[in-house]
Amino acid sequence: MNLSRRGFIKLTGTSLAASSVGALGFGYTGEALAAAVRPYKLAAATETRNTCTYCSVACGILIYSMGDRAKNARSNIIHIEGDPDHPVNRGTLCPKGAGLLDVVHAPTRLRAPRYRAPGSNAFKEVSWDFALDRIARLMKDDRDKNFIAKNAAGTTVNRWTSTGMLAASASSTETSYATWKVVRALGMVVFDNQARV
Amino acid sequence: MADLQSQDYIRRSATTLTPPAARNYEQQVAKLIDVTRCIGCKACQSACMEWNNLRPEVGYFEGSYENPMDLGPEVWTLMRFNEWENEKGDLEWLIRKDGCMHCEDPGCLKACPAPGAIVQYANGIVDFVSDACIGCGYCVKGCPFNIPRISQTDHKSYKCTLCSDRVSVGLEPACVKTCPTGAIMFGTKSDMTDWAQERIKDLKSRGFENAGLYDPPGVSGTHVMYVLHHADKPSIYSDLPEQPHISDFVSFWKGLIKPVALAGLAFTALAGFFHWITVGPNDVQPEDEAEAERLLRSAEKPR
Repeated sequence: MNLSRRGFIKLTGTSLAASSVGALGFGYTGEALAAAVRPYKLAAATETRNTCTYCSVACGILIYSMGDRAKNARSNIIHIEGDPDHPVNRGTLCPKGAGLLDVVHAPTRLRAPRYRAPGSNAFKEVSWDFALDRIARLMKDDRDKNFIAKNAAGTTVNRWTSTGMLAASASSTETSYATWKVVRALGMVVFDNQARV
Repeated sequence: MADLQSQDYIRRSATTLTPPAARNYEQQVAKLIDVTRCIGCKACQSACMEWNNLRPEVGYFEGSYENPMDLGPEVWTLMRFNEWENEKGDLEWLIRKDGCMHCEDPGCLKACPAPGAIVQYANGIVDFVSDACIGCGYCVKGCPFNIPRISQTDHKSYKCTLCSDRVSVGLEPACVKTCPTGAIMFGTKSDMTDWAQERIKDLKSRGFENAGLYDPPGVSGTHVMYVLHHADKPSIYSDLPEQPHISDFVSFWKGLIKPVALAGLAFTALAGFFHWITVGPNDVQPEDEAEAERLLRSAEKPR
C-alpha cells in the first residue's frame, strides 16, 4: 500500500475514532458469551478406585484415565484425587497423595524387578519369572535348612523363624487374609505390617 | 467454546455494557479458609498444581517453610508461614493459605483495559480469560491483595480460578477437596458464613476473644473468606491487608478520567468534523507555491 503522509494521518485518525466508539460501549457484546475458560477435563475419563501407595493410612483414591477402554485406545492416567466414598479419607489427600500423578509418570519410577547379584555392584533389570523363581528358591532352601518341626518337649510347633515377612498396609481385607494364610501356612512367625513401622 | 454459559457473566473488563443474562438466579459460592484448623501441610498447593497442570521449576531452600517463596504464574496458591509472639509471650505459628480472594468488587477487573480478559460470573468467581489478556499488568496494580502474576512464557496474567472448571460441573475446588483437616470448606456464601460463625463461637469459648471472619467490606466482601483467631489484626497473618480497597489511582483513572478522556476524544472528533464542513481542508494555493519557490531560491543562494 502506497500511503501519502496526509493519507496516513487520515487513516490513523479514523482508526482512533473507531476504537473510541468501541470504548464508548458500542462494541459487539455478543462475543462475551462465546469466550470460555477451561473445560472440565474429566467429563468422559475412566474412573478407577484404588488405594494410595504411600503410608499406612491407606487413603482411597480415584484414578482418572483418558480413553473409554476401547480396543484401540491406550489408557493413560491423567488425574488422581481422593475417593469421597472411602471411609478412611472421605475424599481428602495429603500433599504426597495429592501429587500421586507425578509418581505414576516419574521417569525414575521402578517399572520392573531389578537384581543385584552377589559380588556385583550394579542392579540389572530382570524378568518377573526370574525374580519370583529366585525368591521361591531362596525361601525353600532357607526353610528346608531352618524349619523347626518340634520343640524341646517334643510338641509339634512347625516354626520357620529365620525368614520374615513385612506386608503392606494399603491392602484390602481380602489381600490381608490371603497374605496371612500364605505366611502362616509356611510356618513363618516373623510377620509384621507397615502400619506398625 | 461456550461450554460455561451456565455461569453467566455479571461483569466483564473494559466493557461498559454487560451482556444481558436471561437466567437471573444463581447461588453465590464461597471458599472458607479456617486458618485456625490449618496445619500447613500444603496438600492444597499440591492439589492445585496437579489439577491445573502447573509444574513450576523446583527452587531452592530459602530458610523458610514457605516453598516456593512467592506466588507466581504457576503458583496460584501458597501457604504463608508467620511466627508470632502473642501478648502472653507464647509463640503462635500462623499459617495462611494465600491466593485470589475473588472479590465481589474486583480491583483487577476494574483496572483491566482488555475487553473480556477478566470476567465475573453470577456465582461470584472472578476469572481471567487468557485469550483476551494482553499482559499489560494493570490487574497486578489493581489487586488489593497482590495476587496476579504475569507469565514470562506467554506474557499473560494468571491466578487462582477457584477451579471454575470444576465448580461449573458441580464439584468443589481441588484444594477444598484435598484438605485433610477440613480447614478449607466450600459451599454457598451464606452456608460458609454460617459455618464461620459456628467456628468463631467455638474459638471464643476457648479463649480467642478476637476470633472473627475476614470478609472485607472495602471490596464489597470476598468469595474466599478466612476465619482468623486474631481478626482484629489481620496483618500478623503474613501481611493480610487490614482494610483492602481498590487503589485510588485505579478508581480515579478508570472511574473519573476515563469518561472525561472519552468525552475529550469525542469532542475533538466532532470539532474536526465541523471544522471540515465549515472551513474545509487546507488546500495549497498558487500564492503559496510562489512563496515556497521564493524561499527555496533564497535558501539556495550562496552566502
